[in-house]
Amino acid sequence: MNARAPLLELHDLRVTIGESQILQGVSFTVREGGITGLLGRNGVGKTTTLRGILGLVPRTGSVTLAQAELTALATYEIVRRGVGYVPEDRDVFAGLSVEENLRLAERPGAAHRYDLVYELFPELRERAAQRAGTLSGGQQQMVSLARALLNADNRILLIDEPTKGLAPLIVKRVADALRRAAEVATILLVEQNLAVAHRLVKDVIVLDQGRVVFSGDVEELIGDPVLARRYLGLAAAREVH
Amino acid sequence: MSTIVLLAVTGLGLGALYFLVAAGLSLIWGLMRVLNFAHGAFFTVASYAAWSASQALASASPWLQWFVALLVGMVTGGLFATLSEAVLIRPLYQRHIGQVLVTVGLALATVALVEGGFGSDPRPVSMPAWMSATSPLFGAAIANTRIVAIVAAALVLLLLLFFLRRTRYGLIVRAGVENRAMVSALGIDVQRAFTLVFAIGGTAAGLAGVLAATYYGTIDPARGTSMLISAFIVVVIGGLGSITGSALAAVIVGLLQQFLNFYAATGVGDFAVVILLAVVLLVRPAGLLGASS
Ligand SMILES: Nc1ncnc2c1ncn2[C@@H]1O[C@H](COP(=O)(O)OP(=O)(O)OP(=O)(O)O)[C@@H](O)[C@H]1O
Ligand SMILES: [Mg+2]
Repeated sequence: MNARAPLLELHDLRVTIGESQILQGVSFTVREGGITGLLGRNGVGKTTTLRGILGLVPRTGSVTLAQAELTALATYEIVRRGVGYVPEDRDVFAGLSVEENLRLAERPGAAHRYDLVYELFPELRERAAQRAGTLSGGQQQMVSLARALLNADNRILLIDEPTKGLAPLIVKRVADALRRAAEVATILLVEQNLAVAHRLVKDVIVLDQGRVVFSGDVEELIGDPVLARRYLGLAAAREVH
Repeated sequence: MSTIVLLAVTGLGLGALYFLVAAGLSLIWGLMRVLNFAHGAFFTVASYAAWSASQALASASPWLQWFVALLVGMVTGGLFATLSEAVLIRPLYQRHIGQVLVTVGLALATVALVEGGFGSDPRPVSMPAWMSATSPLFGAAIANTRIVAIVAAALVLLLLLFFLRRTRYGLIVRAGVENRAMVSALGIDVQRAFTLVFAIGGTAAGLAGVLAATYYGTIDPARGTSMLISAFIVVVIGGLGSITGSALAAVIVGLLQQFLNFYAATGVGDFAVVILLAVVLLVRPAGLLGASS
């Protein structure tokens, strides 16, 4: 295995919201290239970790992208360093058309990969004038993914449960899109569908109660029913075995 | 017939002034969730700045005087708003109670300062002879100041719609009204859009300040406050964050006030507006054209 260069590094990331310490010192490294999985049961802090990287929640600790410290920057400045975000709730702008959603995501100065976006999701071209709020869940997910894929200078994409609540056929298309996306950027993927995660991911990081409890190869985790059950829950473990 | 036309145009003229104040208020609330109680102060300061400018130009031609006053009023409104945002509101980002207190404070302080400097009595404004004259329309003699206010408000509505629908900053503002955090997660400095919206809202309020001076023939330190109250009602009825909603509601409120105050009794129109506000809040809490949810 050739060692890939570290791209995104978290060191002792802590997030406290109100009285509760949601992240209690999360440290991990995402290496350049491919898809790294960020797994764990419901409510362990996966979404909060992504939001912490982006500065969408107040946090302490350090986050670096290609050795450059991000923690002092505003969210928009972090994103401009080449971070794409696909949030858990998709967060498309319901009142804007599909085309406007994409245009808003265009970062000035970057090349825009409309060819890739429309190759993966041709319906976004057909529905360019449609209000995003009237799209199906799957189509909204496509808009959300497209916004992150669009900017050619994105170095890492933070993608939060992209297959959640989608029909099997759409899940497959999203998975295919993620594989294609991984050819042009590094991906940090939160995915509760273990079958999908298993197919896409090689390196995994597992969170439990706001801490990293496992970091290594996906086979090592999923191949071990005891580990899988302990960290991912019973139902998840059954899904793959 | 001529009475109806007169009442309609007068109501529309009033609605035009409400709209100019309400437009900025609505955008500011929609994007930043700031209830900007200082918006009436932008109006007031602009009208006094415009008045001072026209006094200073007393020997110039009346039209030049008026246009300079208009320009001074708009620039003053825009600058005052931008400054207020940067100095008072930005540091209180997301602390809503603090923002309410600070804008209420600014509004009170501004009125007090203006009264201190210019006295609390209304002062007459000078304007070109054409302005204080009337034009015939369907048999009614319509005061030209009404026509000026209506035309100006219609132009501002068109400009705002163009800004919102056709420019990148307009796109940012519309998206920011929905989900500010996600806009910044797309690499956009939402703060700059905030400042721009304050500048635009302040400029429109400044324009309203000058046009209201022409409309009423006087400037008055208290008028900004009553305008602000009417504008808040218009914004809520029209739907927070919706410019076309504000325009529609401003027309309804202006007409309702004029017609009922005339045909029922003075005061009934204003009362009816409050009833309308209550009904809208009960039946359509998001306002006539507001996004429900
Ligand atoms: N804004 C908030 N205020 C209070 N508690 C929060 C907030 N956001 C998250 N939490 C809590 O923090 C914990 C971690 O939440 P987070 O959404 O990061 O988990 P997750 O791993 O993404 O969960 P899921 O699999 O359900 O998406 C949860 O217990 C959640 O209830
Ligand atoms: Mg989550």
